[in-house]
Amino acid sequence: MTGRGRSDPPIADQGLAWIEEEGPEGEIVVSSRVRLARNIQGYSFTSHATGGEREALFEKARAAAASSGVLGDVDVWAIPGLNRLDRALLLERRLVSRELIAGPGGDARRGTGLALAHTRALGLMVNEEDHLRLQALRSGFQLEAAWRDVDQLDEEIGARLPYAFHQEFGFLTSCPTNVGTGLRASVFIHLPGLVLTGQIRKVLEGMGQLGVTYRGLYGEGSKIVGNFFQISNQTTLGKTEEDLIDQLEVLVGRVIGYEKQARSVLLREAPNVLEDKVWRAYGLLRHARSLPFEEMMNLLSGVRLGVSLKLLDTPRVDAISRIMIRAQTAHLARAAGRRLDEADADEFRAKYVRSALTRVDAT
Amino acid sequence: MDCENCGERKAQVTLTEIEDNDMRTVNLCSTCATLKGVSIGGGAPPVADLLSQLGGKGGDAVLDAAGEVCEYCGTGDADFRKAGRLGCPQCYAQFRPQLGALLRRVHGSSQHIGKVYVSTMPETDPDDVRLTALQRRLERAVEIEDFESAADLRDEIHALTEAG
Repeated sequence: MTGRGRSDPPIADQGLAWIEEEGPEGEIVVSSRVRLARNIQGYSFTSHATGGEREALFEKARAAAASSGVLGDVDVWAIPGLNRLDRALLLERRLVSRELIAGPGGDARRGTGLALAHTRALGLMVNEEDHLRLQALRSGFQLEAAWRDVDQLDEEIGARLPYAFHQEFGFLTSCPTNVGTGLRASVFIHLPGLVLTGQIRKVLEGMGQLGVTYRGLYGEGSKIVGNFFQISNQTTLGKTEEDLIDQLEVLVGRVIGYEKQARSVLLREAPNVLEDKVWRAYGLLRHARSLPFEEMMNLLSGVRLGVSLKLLDTPRVDAISRIMIRAQTAHLARAAGRRLDEADADEFRAKYVRSALTRVDAT
Repeated sequence: MDCENCGERKAQVTLTEIEDNDMRTVNLCSTCATLKGVSIGGGAPPVADLLSQLGGKGGDAVLDAAGEVCEYCGTGDADFRKAGRLGCPQCYAQFRPQLGALLRRVHGSSQHIGKVYVSTMPETDPDDVRLTALQRRLERAVEIEDFESAADLRDEIHALTEAG
């Protein structure tokens, strides 16, 4: 089966299918992602390539993506042709990196692009740090499934474009920290129990010694809000892809176990404090008239914890994930149909969250 | 915002520390964050960290002490240490021993044992590859208005085509 490519279609809900389902361990793990860095023979790496070379490479990637069976119907965007709002929408959905939409000079470089399956979060970034960054995103704790998705895509793209591969070093990447498998697997995980019981630092430090690293919400240099963490493998060379996935899975499984323990300790030792915290968070989200993003994330963290401990009946965790995506500034601006300054956005966000919670309560 | 630790570089990371149920946040530059054990950027050790392990700016050369550059893209030790990025796939072959040592420090191994990729492209004449590379470097030099390098590259291209 061969898919079809749509060029620069309007941005509707592409790449959001995963938030419509609650994946395995969804009460703790929001999403799983696997990414492969690949480069094409005969071209300099993106940072050293000319604008013309990058554009030629984008066209090759577009054609390869359009003929991919696993992608099926595929949407392809040239990033320089997108307006600021559209770029921000893709970023808020974690389909592109900040580096892709705003290169060294602040604007997207010539030849940057995104190809995305029409109905799932599977696709590739073009001319980011590496020529291609293949990526798959799944709801909940599904690293294996995400790996299978991206591995299939890799087989197809690799049959159409000649990858730069070296017998000793494996898949060659612009930065030596990604060479070998080029694989970066990560989970986006909610750990309020470990934060509230003061164990988070110990757990995170322990992971650091096991070849795993963590960071905040949106990649490079981003801060940790709402007790959400991103945990990923640190090394990419000297292990097979399956081992890297397995090891991360085992480790994250352990973290999930600690988090569950911490949650039950909280419930046992301080049920009233916990219940109060959860309901206060819910009350603020239901009634606030202005909500900065960070405050909303912290409150949603409380509500998410409350729902998973059955202190609250609604909303379901997948509904919370949807709010987390759709109550970001670019998504709000699109819903409002106009540009929002910070104060506007906070008001609009509060209104959106109130109505989203009313809707889920009514169902 | 400046880094709250060194006050010199720009803060890029907000570190949230939790100690005895007290939470405080501090804004740090990537170097100070690295020193505090925070890893940022693609899940890999930050390039600054990577390079500081290897002597860093002004320290020992990472790729080559003799000023050798990649014959395909022109990347040399100074470029690599500045940006933490290699220029092209051929850099790996050109600086194989140095990169092998670097990779063993970063990954604990320099031998890929994952998926094996068999190229779909026919073998090309090394001189053709080199010529294409030189032409690309020339194009790039002209693009960034580095006319001195452009002149050198033109000479190299001329020499190669004459020899052929």
